[in-house]
Amino acid sequence: MNCPDCDGNINVPADASVGEIVSCPDCGADFEIAKKGGSIELKQAETVGEDWGE
Amino acid sequence: MSKISIVFDRVRAEEKMLQKEAESLGYDTTSIDAKTTRFSTESKKSDYDFGNVVLERCVSYYRGLHFTACLEFLGIPVINTFEVANNCGNKMLTSLLLSKNKVPTPKTYFSFSAEAARENLDKVGYPLVIKPIVGSWGRSVVPLKDKDTVDALFEIREYTDGPHDRIFYLQEMVKRPPRDLRAIIVGDEVVAAMYRKSSGFKTNIALGADAELCKITKEIEDLCVRASKAVGGGILGIDMMEDEKRGLVVHEVNNTVEFKGLAKVATKNIPKTMVEFAVNSVRK
Repeated sequence: MNCPDCDGNINVPADASVGEIVSCPDCGADFEIAKKGGSIELKQAETVGEDWGE
Repeated sequence: MSKISIVFDRVRAEEKMLQKEAESLGYDTTSIDAKTTRFSTESKKSDYDFGNVVLERCVSYYRGLHFTACLEFLGIPVINTFEVANNCGNKMLTSLLLSKNKVPTPKTYFSFSAEAARENLDKVGYPLVIKPIVGSWGRSVVPLKDKDTVDALFEIREYTDGPHDRIFYLQEMVKRPPRDLRAIIVGDEVVAAMYRKSSGFKTNIALGADAELCKITKEIEDLCVRASKAVGGGILGIDMMEDEKRGLVVHEVNNTVEFKGLAKVATKNIPKTMVEFAVNSVRK
């Protein structure tokens, strides 16, 4: 898939699941694998929040 | 056949391991994205298909906590419960519960303004460690060794002025070796423990501390069970320090414990134990 930011090529592993994070090897941006309708898309990953953790 | 749901907001290795083990055990397993799920005051249990039990695994504490409230509103069992998540997600509540239940824990001082926090520091003396009451991975945990550091940090808090910035949680700096202990407890069973070694002040794995498997002694087991009971029980990560004089003290209890690293070296199957506990908890 192409990076929504820089159009670089992002390799989404065949066994990846919705909710996983992939990174663009060109620009380093993180994206979350999401499902829209029946197809997979990349959406901007949330940044680390103040309440994130264990 | 039991059905189990794993609620996530970001799929990490832990959530994939839980899904795999639940499927291997033969349970109908679904992963549900908290970010795309909706509830209302009119919602009914029959509107959803969460199955017999839910493992709440959100990386965002508040998202997971409020999602759990909605699930419990519908009458769906959740591991961990809202009460436990609330008790563990807020360090002040955890400290109070540990102390109330006579679980050894570092001395901790609470105040609700910068002025009162300074009075605490003046009375107790340096150093103390300031921690945000909500937060993880060692974020904003700062040793306060002198007045200059306090002035700088409290000034920043005045400007950021988040709701939690008005709660000052100051903890004694425990004299300990350059490591702490993390144990994972599932129900009454301590399934694995590790030392977290660091040359720096913080020993969080997320910050690069080294993990080393730790033998589960009777002392560790007893302390973990008591700490778990103090906050309400469930699937928890108990953090302990080895105080020079008092022995082990519990300083934190984690509600959505991460176990990716520990799972690789532990003798017990951590995610499998967690899934079995969740399913068995609703069979009782």
